[in-house]
Amino acid sequence: MNWIGESLGAAFSLALAGDARLLAIIGLSLKVSLAAVVLATLVGCLIGAAVAVARFAGRRVLIVLLNAAMGLPPVVVGLVVYLLLSRAGPLGDLGLLFTPAAMVMAQFVLITPIVAALSRQVVEDAWAQYEEQLRSLGVSSARAALTLIWDTRFSLATVVMAGLGRAMAEVGAVMIVGGNIDGVTRVMTTAIALETSKGDLPLALALGLILLAIVLGLNALAHAMREWSVRRYG
Amino acid sequence: MAEIADQALPLVRLHDLVFEGRGHRALDALSAELPRRRIAILGPNGAGKSVLLRVMHGLLASTAGRVEWMPIKGQAPRIAMVFQRPVLLRRSVEDNVIYALKQSAAHRGETGRQLRERAQTALSKVGLAGLSARPGRVLSGGEQQRVALARAWALDPDVLLLDEPTASLDPGATRAVEAIIHEIATAGVAVVLVTHHRGIAKRFAEQVLFLDAGRVAEQASGPDFFNAPRSAAALAYLEGALA
Repeated sequence: MNWIGESLGAAFSLALAGDARLLAIIGLSLKVSLAAVVLATLVGCLIGAAVAVARFAGRRVLIVLLNAAMGLPPVVVGLVVYLLLSRAGPLGDLGLLFTPAAMVMAQFVLITPIVAALSRQVVEDAWAQYEEQLRSLGVSSARAALTLIWDTRFSLATVVMAGLGRAMAEVGAVMIVGGNIDGVTRVMTTAIALETSKGDLPLALALGLILLAIVLGLNALAHAMREWSVRRYG
Repeated sequence: MAEIADQALPLVRLHDLVFEGRGHRALDALSAELPRRRIAILGPNGAGKSVLLRVMHGLLASTAGRVEWMPIKGQAPRIAMVFQRPVLLRRSVEDNVIYALKQSAAHRGETGRQLRERAQTALSKVGLAGLSARPGRVLSGGEQQRVALARAWALDPDVLLLDEPTASLDPGATRAVEAIIHEIATAGVAVVLVTHHRGIAKRFAEQVLFLDAGRVAEQASGPDFFNAPRSAAALAYLEGALA
């Protein structure tokens, strides 16, 4: 049991000491995950809203595929992105392998389906409520989709948080395409994996606790924002 | 006299309308010609009133038959609709009206200032100019319905379709909404009102279309309908035997 106390102590010491390497790892984790989430939000919300509002052949199949894609195995995604970015791959000339950009790309592939599938559900629920009113005003489907994204923005913030949670917690894909290079592509999850393999459990657990605290803080912020918005805008 | 002559013109002709959905025939070869007057569509639950209004607007496509709107001032009439439960967007009252204006071909080219002025005018007419900056969805049900009426009125419609606009409101809000409906009709908009509220229908309707089981059971002037209904179904409805 002593190692738990030791880990907690190490976590607080690390956080309070403001260790430069630790801060760099946390900073890179946030940069990579936030960049992936921003891109996935832009693409995923548009896909989700379009599928929610539009009626077309194969829509149900697409919804099933989107929902299934939420469970994409990170290692497989990492492998595919690795193959795309490797020197022999179609995007090899970009020279992105083992860079943060490759990690953003892998996380983007992982979380876009999550954002798209969950936002499709949020927007579709709103569409059931708004459809007659918007159609009576002559609103086009494309405009309706954008209107619904804006009107459900506070619910979608929760969706984005789900995507961010997945991105921050992800290890397999970023390990493969980033390589866990110290000072270049090492993020919190890959650092935890490394410290665990080295047997430095207190440090690994300390990093895990800091990661949890960050995710918890971001989600608390999103929740507070949603509560405020419901009171403010109804 | 010109107005009376206008009122004598037909507003819309309904030709053998059929609407079937989920195994239920909501409209059953319904035909009627509605004059350009204050019209109330009445009938018991399930008579097809709301479905008819949606088919008239084009929100629902009829299974068979057609709706023929007569031109007004040489053009197809502009039609607006207000629903039982107003759906306001998560934005200010004024922005809700402006949003509707931006969708309208007639107002699309107007500047932001012109749109705001138009929205303010409409909100003033319904007594809500003072609430224009408030978020629409935090207003009371009655106020939200008045915003919905302002939004529809701002579009300068030739025809306003109202689907049970007072059904979810308390008596005070109902009176306020009823007064606005009268004002809109007085301003020259052809109003077609679906309601279960017989008092409102009696005060409002110059013409009544009474539906039963998806068909026209009776069409008469307002006074004739309420004082001497001809059909057994209408008599039973007015006596409260049909809900």
